[in-house]
Amino acid sequence: MVNIEKYFGLVRALTNINLEVGRNEIVGLIGDNGAGKSTMVKILTGVFPPTSGELYVAGRKVDFRRYNVQSAHAHGIETVYQDKSLGEKQVLWRNFFIGREIVNRFGFIDVKKEKAIANEIMVNTIGFRSKGITVDSNVSQLSGGERQGIAIGRAMYFEADLIILDEPTVALSLKEVAKVINFVHKIKEGGKASIYISHSIPDVYEVSDRFIVLDRGEIGASIPKKDISLKDLDGFLLDFAHGLKDKEYS
Amino acid sequence: MNSVRSLVKFVGRLEGFPIAMVLLGLYIALIIAAPAVFTHPLIYISFLETVPPTLIAALGLTLVITAGEIDLSFPAVVSLSGFALSWGWKTFDPAFGAWIGIGLALAAGALVGYINGVMVARIGVPSIMATLAANFFWYGISILLAGGLQVTLKGSQDNFVHQLLVGRLFGAVPVQAFWALALAALLWFILNRHKFGEGIMFIGDNANVARVMGVNVEATRVRLFALQGMIAAFAGIIVTLDIGVFYPDQGNFLLPAMASVFIGGTSIAGGAGSVFGTVFGAYVIGSLAAGVVATTISGYWVQVVEGVVMAAVIVLNAATGKGNMAALSSRFRHWRAPVASNPRQELLQKDDTAPS
Ligand SMILES: Nc1ncnc2c1ncn2[C@@H]1O[C@H](COP(=O)(O)OP(=O)(O)O)[C@@H](O)[C@H]1O
Ligand SMILES: [Mg+2]
Repeated sequence: MVNIEKYFGLVRALTNINLEVGRNEIVGLIGDNGAGKSTMVKILTGVFPPTSGELYVAGRKVDFRRYNVQSAHAHGIETVYQDKSLGEKQVLWRNFFIGREIVNRFGFIDVKKEKAIANEIMVNTIGFRSKGITVDSNVSQLSGGERQGIAIGRAMYFEADLIILDEPTVALSLKEVAKVINFVHKIKEGGKASIYISHSIPDVYEVSDRFIVLDRGEIGASIPKKDISLKDLDGFLLDFAHGLKDKEYS
Repeated sequence: MNSVRSLVKFVGRLEGFPIAMVLLGLYIALIIAAPAVFTHPLIYISFLETVPPTLIAALGLTLVITAGEIDLSFPAVVSLSGFALSWGWKTFDPAFGAWIGIGLALAAGALVGYINGVMVARIGVPSIMATLAANFFWYGISILLAGGLQVTLKGSQDNFVHQLLVGRLFGAVPVQAFWALALAALLWFILNRHKFGEGIMFIGDNANVARVMGVNVEATRVRLFALQGMIAAFAGIIVTLDIGVFYPDQGNFLLPAMASVFIGGTSIAGGAGSVFGTVFGAYVIGSLAAGVVATTISGYWVQVVEGVVMAAVIVLNAATGKGNMAALSSRFRHWRAPVASNPRQELLQKDDTAPS
């Protein structure tokens, strides 16, 4: 991302954003509510274009007039949101393929194939063990952790090069959080990249190679993990919140 | 016991099953209450003639409501398209003037729907307001164009288009009933098996989820309203041909159409729609008034009885969950197994209270 800026009407959500994510890098994105984290994610994933600035995916410049969620998917960018990844009243198999259905040339869905693949993802990729939950179950029947499992399994199946997790652990039990963390480790081992957004600093510290602090729409700091301990990061963020920016790191 | 359970489950999955049972119950009640009328096929044939226009409009409305929107403008489209048909009919030689009229009618419907869609999806006007205004406007245009008068379709009985769309099969059964059923089948496939329909369900469920998952929310909404406009125009074509006369008020069935959708089990909340529920719902609504009149109950009671039946069906839908009986079959399971020993049940209860 180069010089990305985003306005919502007169509200400036992002300014002067310059960020690069390496091919096999896990970037931890930290910042207060309303700092602009989700806005950044949505520009990256083609939900909406920025007001100005440039985006390069795998070295190629993106034309925002033609960049959308589908083309982000085609470029290998997948997203897991805290709560807005799944259609509540819809069956699971539809949730795996919404926005990229397997269709014939008239646009009709190959239900059998979609269900078979969805089942495959649930059994093998996610390791679903809940009895009575099948691809025909409704999302509303699932627990929070199970829902996040579906969203993550979907991202894994589509073999993303960059998986963005936007507060994926909100409202999850400790055990379920551990699963998500484990998944991010797997991204790293698989040679892929990730942007991990969370308010839990220990979680972010554990999985990330580098931390980006977003403050009121601007990047406040970018710190490699090797340069800072968890305790120092915590202290740094506390200072940051009090406006005592540490020049050494910024 | 197992086979009973799976039978309950299977039947419960059939779309529109509860409301089909209501329709059956209604006819049985009417056969008992007014045997002279309801043991004769004539009354059913008359339903097959009078219900299709309402049903057709209600079918389009089912998709619109599934998307979490509403269309109050279809009565004006029924009127406008009827005028367009009658204009083509009297301006050109009826042999092909009818086709020109149908083409114009569908185009007018698509145009009105498209404008509704743009207002809702691109400009952001809530559909209840946009389509309410559109209903006044286009109804006004229809009256203006027609000079407030009705137009008779001369020689309509002998016209091929008349035979094709509103003629009688075997000299008895109104063909429009089959067209309405065919449209229902087509819309069922579009909603449940086409990616356009899947987009409609996800948008009605949660437009933000649909958007971040790559559904083109705005384009889907515009297309949906344009489709609804054409469906309403088709309803207008059927009404006008069937009675052989265009008159500006011919689309006056907004409330029956809405009632058909809701008693059919489609929820106002959006996200899921029951196309065949609407089919049975329209026949329940369409049969009620005539049915109550045919019994010896005083005419003053007709609307009261209609209201009671509608309320009862909607309560039934709410009780059985999203308009089908799938929930009943799972309740059936819980009756047999002690609730506490069912881990899923516990999970569900825990999640109800968890913030998410
Ligand atoms: N669709 C939108 N329309 C208007 N303002 C928005 C929209 N999305 C986000 N914002 C505003 O942009 C700012 C950043 O929001 P967001 O990116 O969601 O923050 P974060 O994810 O870091 O909590 C906030 O002030 C928010 O109110
Ligand atoms: Mg956010």
